[in-house]
Amino acid sequence: MTVIEEVSVPSPREGDDGPLLEVRDLHVQFHTREGVVKAVNGVNYSVNAGETLAVLGESGSGKSVTAQAIMGILDMPPATIPEGEILFRGQDMLKMSGEERRKIRGRRIAMIFQDALSSLNPVLSVGYQLGEMFRVHHGLSKKDAKAKAIELMDRVKIPAAAARVDDYPHQFSGGMRQRIMIAMALALEPDLIIADEPTTALDVTVQAQVMDLLSELQREYNMGLILITHDLGVVADVADKIAVMYAGRIVERAPVNELYKRPAHPYTRGLLDSIPRLDQKGQELYAIKGLPPNLLHVPTGCAFNPRCPKAQDICRTDIPDLFPVTEQDRSELVGRASACHFWKETLHG
Amino acid sequence: MPDVTKTDVKKTGAADPAGATPPMTPTASKPEKARSLWGDAWADLRRSWIFLISSVLILVLLLITFFPGWFTSEDPILGDLAKHYLQKPKLSDVGSADWLGYDQQGRSVFARVIYGARASIAVGFGTTVVVTVLGGLVGMVAGYFGGLVDSILSRLTDVFFGIPFLLGTMVILNSFADRTTWVVIGALGFFGWTQVARVMRGAVITTKQADYVQAAKALGASTPRIMFRHILPNTLAPVIVVATISLGIYISAEATLSFLGLGLNGVSWGNDISDGGNQIRVAQWIMLYPSIMLSITVLAFIMLGEAVRNALDPKMR
Amino acid sequence: MGRYVARRLLQMIPVFIGTTLLIFLMVYALPGDPVRGLFGDKGGSPQVIAALRHEYGLDQPILVQYWNYMKDMILHADFGTQIASGRPVTDVLGDAFPVTIRLASLAFLIELVVGIALGVVAGMRAGRLTDNVALLISLLLISVPVFVLGFILKVVFAFELNWLPPNVNDSTNYKELLMPAVVLASASLAYVTRLTRTSVAENLRADYIRTAIAKGLPKRRVVGVHLMRNSLIPVITYLGTDIGALMGGAVVTEGLFNIQGIGGTIYQSITRREGTTLVGLVTILVLVYLLANLLVDLLYAVLDPRIRYA
Repeated sequence: MTVIEEVSVPSPREGDDGPLLEVRDLHVQFHTREGVVKAVNGVNYSVNAGETLAVLGESGSGKSVTAQAIMGILDMPPATIPEGEILFRGQDMLKMSGEERRKIRGRRIAMIFQDALSSLNPVLSVGYQLGEMFRVHHGLSKKDAKAKAIELMDRVKIPAAAARVDDYPHQFSGGMRQRIMIAMALALEPDLIIADEPTTALDVTVQAQVMDLLSELQREYNMGLILITHDLGVVADVADKIAVMYAGRIVERAPVNELYKRPAHPYTRGLLDSIPRLDQKGQELYAIKGLPPNLLHVPTGCAFNPRCPKAQDICRTDIPDLFPVTEQDRSELVGRASACHFWKETLHG
Repeated sequence: MPDVTKTDVKKTGAADPAGATPPMTPTASKPEKARSLWGDAWADLRRSWIFLISSVLILVLLLITFFPGWFTSEDPILGDLAKHYLQKPKLSDVGSADWLGYDQQGRSVFARVIYGARASIAVGFGTTVVVTVLGGLVGMVAGYFGGLVDSILSRLTDVFFGIPFLLGTMVILNSFADRTTWVVIGALGFFGWTQVARVMRGAVITTKQADYVQAAKALGASTPRIMFRHILPNTLAPVIVVATISLGIYISAEATLSFLGLGLNGVSWGNDISDGGNQIRVAQWIMLYPSIMLSITVLAFIMLGEAVRNALDPKMR
Repeated sequence: MGRYVARRLLQMIPVFIGTTLLIFLMVYALPGDPVRGLFGDKGGSPQVIAALRHEYGLDQPILVQYWNYMKDMILHADFGTQIASGRPVTDVLGDAFPVTIRLASLAFLIELVVGIALGVVAGMRAGRLTDNVALLISLLLISVPVFVLGFILKVVFAFELNWLPPNVNDSTNYKELLMPAVVLASASLAYVTRLTRTSVAENLRADYIRTAIAKGLPKRRVVGVHLMRNSLIPVITYLGTDIGALMGGAVVTEGLFNIQGIGGTIYQSITRREGTTLVGLVTILVLVYLLANLLVDLLYAVLDPRIRYA
């Protein structure tokens, strides 16, 4: 399998030469009683400072496992990383000691989780949990850390921060809790934030507010952002580029606008077609048939073939490479690739 | 018909917070709750070494209880003082009357160990049945009817729970000169039912809220029918766990009462351990072997309970 | 909070009356007689017995006896007279309680430290060898009856190795109390281990632990602050309710090691059918148990901010 070098979308705020984070040919496996689950199979992606990469996929696509591998919070065992590199500012984090990685976590790379209620410690006040970042990483006193915590809560627009700093997570609303999670991730002004479905657990109205806050702060600090989601709607406004994952592989990669306009993979097309649209009111909504694959028994060939309307014999036997996508006149489309044997037909047809 | 709609994709995404659990682990076993719970439990049990060891042990114990004659031809009650007074064990003579030595009345320790099983097993099973039925009934009524009935029954449970278990049974047993198996079972059961009652009450209150119970009520099912057809099956799992573990505890309690001189009259491990305690400096074997048998028996039931709990309550894994 | 405590205290009243009445009824309604017991096999003259029965109020109806007893106890802190010795029950209790409290405290300490330590180690390595070893130890401790364990320890540490004295002569000497305390603690220790293990293993998988790791906290802080703060809540609850059980459960242990505490006094009172002493003892044990439960509930609210009592 040839690995296609990714060409990243130039970012207006790009500072360093190389990408901030680069994942190279990453493999993650889980050893379970039923057998070896290949959750991630050769994923490549990169993010620059100030850039937002959206990783799109259903549950089980490997998008979250990849993120956890980057953070170094996979449970090993059962998980193993048999192959791959995760380069942070050019250094392979998989080769670092546990202590070196710990110092990157929270300080250089931070993570926002989906369910803030269960992700915050229920028996510690939010002020304590926020202040802990400063106490542990910067050695601040309890008092100074608390002041910093209030400052952070103000920054993420929590009303009456000083009065609420000693409250516990369950005393906040869902949106406010997610703001606290964001504040915690931002605390030490990291270079990269990984947000794993940051708005999925929230009401639709609150989702937009939280998303806006996140991208506003990202711009302010010029951070790289990896946004993991299954929701194409969330992605459109904030992402620079998208990687679509299916069964542990990237199946399509593209700058955000191009992906929406012209998908080059039948799976992406299916996802786009199943978004409800106002101009199609009353029509039956498209749905991708079948179920996501069981990772213990991934179909041979292209993992998507049993659900694919375009599947041919070759799809059932050969795993497609991630082909560079070009126009009909063979001019290259910057930053685009598709892992479909029939990407041309999908893109142009 | 399309199988997966967009909303379904969304749901599965939400059910899997960070993809930490790979999707093939069947986390969503909600349909057919009762059947798959027992089915899963059985599949789990068969794989558990704790379950296998404990069931083999219990099987052997039951054989000893019902057919002591298969294991020894020696009489456990008649001793020959002249011939066997405090005779040392002949550990190479496995299974013979001499094997585990003789006590201060010239009785074979091996024969007494074999015949002593009956008392422990009878008290253990008997008490568990009494406690489960009594406690189950109290818990069911309290949980189902709630209100004043619940208040009264719950306070009653508190009262019986408040008196230290061993102390209460001691007071009762002290009043009986002839302490038969039934008397001991009665005394243990009198103070033992509270735990099952509490577990049952909790389970009934939880189940009572379930939609299908409300539906059955709305359809006009009779109270006993709702209680026994709809609620009972869903409360069995925790009660079975408590009952299995407490079976071992009651065997241990019976022996403790015997040790205090308030246990069963007749051949029992507790009595022999108590007697052996007086000879502890000269003939430790009198005490040692019944103690080992007793501990193995209690262990077997507690292990069984542990295995059943693990199988029925996936959270414990 | 204040209202909750008041309600709980009110609820304790029927339970308190119930337990004392139950034990009172059991002692007096069941066959046997403490006065007759005084005279042994020979038996005293009927006149003397009748006079003694009258003196102790034993000739009155049972509920009247109960009423008088409780009235004296609550109004005058008078628990009656121990018939065998003629001493006030309060004196007997005053002698026995400090001994048992020392024994129970030592046992409590052992169960707390060893139980939690073993449970944490097992829970952190759930499913692995250490966990299985800890499981085996705890199952053994639960399975071997207290008196058997007592005998074994006595034979090994007192008779064979001569490290510790076989009996307790001076209950203020903690070296003498060590072995009985281990015996008394054993079963509870096993439960504490199991409970801690389960709780730690469960919380270890919780999302907020993943968050704590993602924050770059050092491992000892993830475990020491985030994991422990949550995992120990159910353990502390159990430990609280166990205080009463340790004191009530000392009957066997005190008998084994010849300790003159509550357990020994209870045992003598039961076999001699000393109703007044027994009821006094049980009353105090029940009070300890009820108050410990209330304290545990209040402690629970302090430890877990999600719980609020109205």
